[in-house]
Amino acid sequence: MSKIADGLLYSESHEWVKMENGIATVGITDFAQKSMGNIVYVDMPEPDDEVSQNEEFGAVESVKAASDLYSPVSGVVTEVNEALDDEPGLLNKDAYANWIIKVKISEPAELETLMDAAAYTDFLAKEA
Amino acid sequence: MLPHTLIFLPRRPEMAFAYFPHTDEDVKKMLGKAGLSSMDGLYADVPEKFLFKGEFDLPDAMSETEVRREFERLASMNTRLKVFAGAGAYDHYSPAVVPYIFSRSEYLTAYTPYQAEVSQGTLRYIFEYQTMMSELTGMDCSNASMYDGPTSAAEASMMMLACTKRKSKVLLSETLLPQVIEVVETYAKYHGFALTVIPHVGGVSDKEGIIGRLAAGDVAGVIVPGINRFGIIEDLSGLAEAMHSSKALLTVYSDPSALAVLKSPGEWGADIACGEAQSLGIPLSFGGPYLGFLTCRQEFVRKLPGRIVGETTDTAGRRSYVLTLQAREQHIRREKATSNICSNQSLMALYVTVYLSLMGPEGMKDVNSLSYGGAHYLHRRLLETGRFEEAFDGKPFLKEFALRSLIPADRLQEELLKAGFFGALPLGDGIVTFCVTENRTKEEIDALTDVIASIGL
Amino acid sequence: MKYYDKLIFELSKTGRRGYTLPACKWEDGLDGIPENLKRNHAPELPEVSEPDTVRHYVNLSNMNFGVDTGFYPLGSCTMKYNPRINEEMASHPGFSGLHPLQPAETVRGAMELYRILSDALCAVTGMSAFTLNPFAGAHGELTGLMIMRQYHFSKGDTKRTKIIVPDSAHGTNPASAAVCGLEVVQVKSTANGTVDVNDLKPLLDDTVAGIMMTNPNTLGLFESEISEIADLVHAAGGLLYYDGANMNALLGKVRPGDMGFDIMHLNLHKTFSTPHGGGGPGAGPVGVAGFLREYLPYPSVGADVSGGYTWAKGSHTAGRISGFHGNFGVLIKAYAYILMLGRQNVKNAGPYAVLAANYIKESLKDCYKLPIGSVCKHEFVFDGLADAPEGVTTLDVAKRLLDYGFHAPTIYFPLLFHQSIMIEPTETESVETLDAFIEAMRKIAGEAAENPEILKSAPHNTPVSRPDETQAAVHPILKYRRQS
Repeated sequence: MSKIADGLLYSESHEWVKMENGIATVGITDFAQKSMGNIVYVDMPEPDDEVSQNEEFGAVESVKAASDLYSPVSGVVTEVNEALDDEPGLLNKDAYANWIIKVKISEPAELETLMDAAAYTDFLAKEA
Repeated sequence: MLPHTLIFLPRRPEMAFAYFPHTDEDVKKMLGKAGLSSMDGLYADVPEKFLFKGEFDLPDAMSETEVRREFERLASMNTRLKVFAGAGAYDHYSPAVVPYIFSRSEYLTAYTPYQAEVSQGTLRYIFEYQTMMSELTGMDCSNASMYDGPTSAAEASMMMLACTKRKSKVLLSETLLPQVIEVVETYAKYHGFALTVIPHVGGVSDKEGIIGRLAAGDVAGVIVPGINRFGIIEDLSGLAEAMHSSKALLTVYSDPSALAVLKSPGEWGADIACGEAQSLGIPLSFGGPYLGFLTCRQEFVRKLPGRIVGETTDTAGRRSYVLTLQAREQHIRREKATSNICSNQSLMALYVTVYLSLMGPEGMKDVNSLSYGGAHYLHRRLLETGRFEEAFDGKPFLKEFALRSLIPADRLQEELLKAGFFGALPLGDGIVTFCVTENRTKEEIDALTDVIASIGL
Repeated sequence: MKYYDKLIFELSKTGRRGYTLPACKWEDGLDGIPENLKRNHAPELPEVSEPDTVRHYVNLSNMNFGVDTGFYPLGSCTMKYNPRINEEMASHPGFSGLHPLQPAETVRGAMELYRILSDALCAVTGMSAFTLNPFAGAHGELTGLMIMRQYHFSKGDTKRTKIIVPDSAHGTNPASAAVCGLEVVQVKSTANGTVDVNDLKPLLDDTVAGIMMTNPNTLGLFESEISEIADLVHAAGGLLYYDGANMNALLGKVRPGDMGFDIMHLNLHKTFSTPHGGGGPGAGPVGVAGFLREYLPYPSVGADVSGGYTWAKGSHTAGRISGFHGNFGVLIKAYAYILMLGRQNVKNAGPYAVLAANYIKESLKDCYKLPIGSVCKHEFVFDGLADAPEGVTTLDVAKRLLDYGFHAPTIYFPLLFHQSIMIEPTETESVETLDAFIEAMRKIAGEAAENPEILKSAPHNTPVSRPDETQAAVHPILKYRRQS
């Protein structure tokens, strides 16, 4: 069973969002990291890059797979998690403690389209 | 079909073929296991109308003796010439060991090294190859090789676009070899990127013209040659800085043999180096197989197309090698891959790895000194015949050079052919190029000069 | 096979030499080159003697598995025997010394070979013309798609920007399409593993350039509805591309040209026995139907009035895709093979390959999961062990096979199944070899049940055990660095 953290918002492409003061912290879910296997590289945007909801902003790679990352929100990247450059396996260790990017969001209404923990639990059950 | 025997000589259908080990008994046993009563059952799912029932328009099966005879026939229709031409294919010496190693069946008959545990031979020589090409080009990383020089330039163009998001244009210097420009033009047309060829100025790349194009902000990068189509060694100083200040990249298309003595793309500040490695002892072989190379600075390694080998350890801690960074590749990323290339010219990479091992830094210097000396001697002698003028006065060259011929270019080449020489490649406007490698002797050069001196103006 | 741990750089000692060259007789040294154009210091290349070099590369070769070493049932790769006469002909000095830009009248034999080989490929495929310039299968795909686009362009039809690719296709198909500027639209497979015609129909409109198909497909199944597919795609104004990766199944029996394909490529390193060389050089000639002849890339070999040959350029050519005219040395090998096959033996090539695949499939289907049971063509796919204990995967089976002296099959492809094992035996293996392989596969299935650990830690008898691929990818070491 994959872990699902309470209090976060989720996208159908398995990213999570944590909102604080208009800044969205974005990562991938435990389900996503498990289905990738050992993550060896995280392709991240640069600060000040613009991201749009449901559009690609990077990718995670394992030895035998690559998966694009889709932004759950629109806005401007304020920070990227540089620790992942050195140790991409952090996402395998704890997918919720290790974020990928922080975004100053421009369309707060978009948050309404994301799932809460309960809805994401149902979504995963249906996917399986 | 030319080698047809006009009368169809029936061979006994039951005659066994050397490559197919199937006896009647074997076939019966295998069909039985498959639950079939005849070979036709194997194609029962193919609509009847698609089963080929005619006679193939092919010659009768030959014995090895007959095959040799056919190749003798074809070879006798070719003329071997003393090569005084380059233009992307160079007649260099190669030690006898190289083809010996290259034809070992453990290398020859292996597939791409997916199963690392039984492919350490291939993986190690590719790792050595990557090290040598990185060193020659002054770059941080190399892939496991590309098809040929021109396609490596096409891949470098697409790589520059991928490394500089939101830019859409690539510049090429007109001093690149014509076949390089034409191949990149083809890729650009279908891949869908803008391409501008910047005309040369006095036989060298127009650096100011290139830099002038950067203001619009849409240029991903430029490809310029290290040694150009006229044989001139280009001075690329200042170009990398100008490109970088516009967030654009510099790719240098090089002759890796010459890089043993000339300033490397890395030293010019380039981001990517590509080119044709045939000059590292690979036989002329009518144009192939040759060897493209592609190397880059560390920060672009994830956009580098093609196979890449990396070092690691096995479960027992032994140093071992694997194909790595595969998530860039087509078998994983499909339409989002860095390129569609899914092979390399692996065996040719082995060829140049063994070549460079044997030649070493001294041998590479000797090859260049001998070529330089011969080329400059020929250059002098040709001017003395009074049949040529300098095309680009005083510009430095290594083994290949351009002159303006006062004899019509086609007549010049024809007279040389009659005497058994291949040289004076026409580049238009009366300009012809000659090339001398360490394989040409002084006697040959003198003989070539004498032929030309005897042609009336 | 024996582990050997040196790199050539580690044998280097200043002052050693592995070459001989005539003494320099020229007055000019390299001093004439302006200083600012010279390298700062000589490249760090090895300095080694000839005997040390020979031994090094022979030792390295001993860690390699090739077709000459043993059975290589690698699905989709057609690892058939590589005849030695091919190699002998390719090193013929009458070809190896030819400069690619020599005038046509001095290379008539080479041009004739190009022409005859093209004709022979037309004969076995039913196409009308071939270019031999593409360097590899993927390069052939790209060239074929360029021809397809150029055909639409030349009719002023610029809106055909989509290409249909089945979900079972090799990854190269969508990648080649993307490089060619086409948008990939995936068509689904039916439960039987072939293209779903009902899923295809709504995808066809005037934005579709064509469809890429592999027939038999990557599951080794013949696309029996190819007639209908061809009619549908043609009716919508698209062209049919045949990916020749699996042509070995049909060699001597079925011709792509007869099935309605307009453009195709062949892998000479698969179907026509030229060696794979550890990943190349191969050759990927592209054949076209008559109406596309003028769209082939240049240079091509044309005939002149006096019976000689000339370099030609089609009136609608897709462009230049190679520096010269392809991997000529590889073309020589394929031509030698075709002469050996001749019109008699070619008829058995495909059928024997198909027979071998079906024999293995039927001999192992009780211990490996067979998702699609019908008669296969030259290859087939198992979906892992029939009865896999917890944690034992296809990877473990593959690695254990290495211990038994066989190369592993292709694994985890096609993507339609999770534990794919794709087996392709080819027509050059004897029934005894196939039996030995079957026996090893059965033993492994038994071991999986009784002693799964021996699979999970396999291979045990190879020069190295499983390398740490994660470490290699997280911190890439891509070149040798001298220990300081």
